[in-house]
Amino acid sequence: MTLTIENLQEIAKTETDVLESYRYRINVCVAAGCLSCGSDAVKASLEEEIRRQGKEKACRVRAVGCLGLCAVGPLIDISPLNVAYQGVQPSDAPDIIGSLTGAPVSRLLLPTDHPFFSRQKKIVLENCGIVEPERIESYIAAGGYEALYQALRQMSPRQVIDDVTASGLRGRGGAGFPTGLKWTTVYKAQQADKYVVCNADEGDPGAFMDRSVLESDPHRVIEGMAIAGYAVGASRGYIYVRAEYPLAVERLRRAIKQAKQLGVLGENIFNTPFAFDIQLRLGAGAFVCGEETALIASIEGRLGRPRPRPPFPAEFGLWGCPTLINNVETIANIAPIVRRGGDWFAGIGTEKSKGTKVFALAGKINNTGLIEVPMGTPLREIVFDIGGGIPAGRRFKAVQTGGPSGGCVPAQFLDMPMDYESLKDVGAIMGSGGMIVMDDGACMVDVAKFFMEFCMSESCGKCVPCRVGTAQLFGILERITAGDAKIEDIDTLKELCDLVGAASLCGLGQTAPNPVKSTLRYFENEYMAHIRRHHCEAGVCAMGKAREDTA
Amino acid sequence: MPPATASPALSSPSPSPAAPDKRLRIIDRTMRLHGYASHALIETLHAVQEAFGYLDPDLMRYVAGRLKVPLSRVYAVATFYHFFTLKPPGEHTCVLCKGTACHIGGAAEILRQVEAMLGVHAGETTADKKISLMIARCLGSCGLAPAGVFDGTIVGNLTLDTVVNKLQEWRSHDADHRKSAGDCENRDRCP
Repeated sequence: MTLTIENLQEIAKTETDVLESYRYRINVCVAAGCLSCGSDAVKASLEEEIRRQGKEKACRVRAVGCLGLCAVGPLIDISPLNVAYQGVQPSDAPDIIGSLTGAPVSRLLLPTDHPFFSRQKKIVLENCGIVEPERIESYIAAGGYEALYQALRQMSPRQVIDDVTASGLRGRGGAGFPTGLKWTTVYKAQQADKYVVCNADEGDPGAFMDRSVLESDPHRVIEGMAIAGYAVGASRGYIYVRAEYPLAVERLRRAIKQAKQLGVLGENIFNTPFAFDIQLRLGAGAFVCGEETALIASIEGRLGRPRPRPPFPAEFGLWGCPTLINNVETIANIAPIVRRGGDWFAGIGTEKSKGTKVFALAGKINNTGLIEVPMGTPLREIVFDIGGGIPAGRRFKAVQTGGPSGGCVPAQFLDMPMDYESLKDVGAIMGSGGMIVMDDGACMVDVAKFFMEFCMSESCGKCVPCRVGTAQLFGILERITAGDAKIEDIDTLKELCDLVGAASLCGLGQTAPNPVKSTLRYFENEYMAHIRRHHCEAGVCAMGKAREDTA
Repeated sequence: MPPATASPALSSPSPSPAAPDKRLRIIDRTMRLHGYASHALIETLHAVQEAFGYLDPDLMRYVAGRLKVPLSRVYAVATFYHFFTLKPPGEHTCVLCKGTACHIGGAAEILRQVEAMLGVHAGETTADKKISLMIARCLGSCGLAPAGVFDGTIVGNLTLDTVVNKLQEWRSHDADHRKSAGDCENRDRCP
């Protein structure tokens, strides 16, 4: 039996009716952040307490995805009361259930008018914390798979691509390549076999946007991939996901199974000739596999080593076939664009950076967690209003965006709008969305060394500039942080940065010098203090400590 | 390691050559699901590691034979990717995250102290085979930095004390366990 729109609406209605038959819906976050603070135990004790108080008919406990504010987990929210609780423990269950009809439990209350929530605009994360990631019915009740129906039944592939192009969506994996253009190239390729690949190899240390989307709303990714498959003419898709994200893998597996059972994946989807199948491929811990040609090699079961481009994967990709590779967040934007139109999406953000961006706030910031804001939101608003500022009364020093391929944005640019161009102008990149906030306790030379060590050990070794260059750069940085460097080393450092950036084969090597270049640009005085005075102002580098000890 | 590709019939994976190992079936199933295609190599090695805890040389030979790929390629893949390990893990595994947020949060110092305490470097197992100390590039739990994984459970906001306590708990818990099993070396302290 093929699925019809009526079936879909019926599923949505049943789900909504069942939910509304409960007076209170208690949503417990079961994404990795809250799970590791014990939210599964909280969920169990809430269910137990409901049984004990005989309120099974009035209350339903739901396992939902990421509520965003990972810093104060486990989080729960209760609809329709619009009450949210933070740091909930299993022992709080009696109070929470008991207070449903009265005043909320004040000691656990998380103000819902908190700027962390009120300043955000959610498109990619709109279902996170709302739908139950392990139940396809819940996704359908939130309007899920309607966009796929619309695309398959009411639009031609060309129209879908036109919508994506009109939206101005750019790749969220880091480089910001126009998504519509990429889709058009694959669409135009004259070959029977084509593939869609979702890049979920979120390797940037300090970024967890994709993990949260996969854990909280896996069906959104499946729907986006199916629409992409229809648009470019592919009938098979692969999700390349990190093995380090076991929960995301488990939920994706379940979601794919449910989608196949229901018929939104498989043959003749929505009674059309379109067929689409998705398989998972696990990464095995190689950062370089985020580079698209290396990722393809890895799906093919080979060493994850990149090859020269062109030919680009859009023409010659997986098994030599035209392949569309998009990042998780890019794909998660597709269903809303199809549903509401490209013009709607293009109305959000700045002139050249459309839509929203998900950032993972981490480091020295009060409200660590996941946020989504319109492109062009000033950095100050993100760090101080949404992020709640720097803990322990310390001073903001810089944020690092784009991880090992990115750069730092120092305090003088706090009022800069966060978009692709502005970030590029100051020597950083948008990257995938990792945003590490550093206070005055961070040593920028140490940060540069940290990223260079990362690039050095993640270099696949195929090309000499990257394999040897990153090791040389790391060696110099190590000498500087140990207090053994000479002033000429700065010139060598700069020269090597240019060489490695210009001569490396793939993005890993080409961008590896960025953290060094950017810290040199804004914090050269720190490099000088290490070299000339053997002094680490932040007290991070060992020689700084040694000096203090002897003082 | 000899370069020859052993035929499946010849390779009896080492852990228990006498009895056919149930875990082998999981590996066979993975290969079958992918039609014994050579591109299933990484998926198969994942299955091997999940079932056996590490990639045993005999098992690598077995996989090479079944998927008809040179053993050299199996070995290349097994050593290229950080996720795969060729050494058997200890009874307990402590993974400390070395991602950016954790680094800023002081993970490097915790790692240094734990290495000193256990007398091993990251990636090694203690001489008594009790604890393997590993590092992760990023667990993606940056909101909880510094974070770690203790026997599969993610724990956030680590301090040196919480890590040390956990490691000592493993050691003493296992000592208790041995005691109750009547396997205690220190006889006069056993009940």
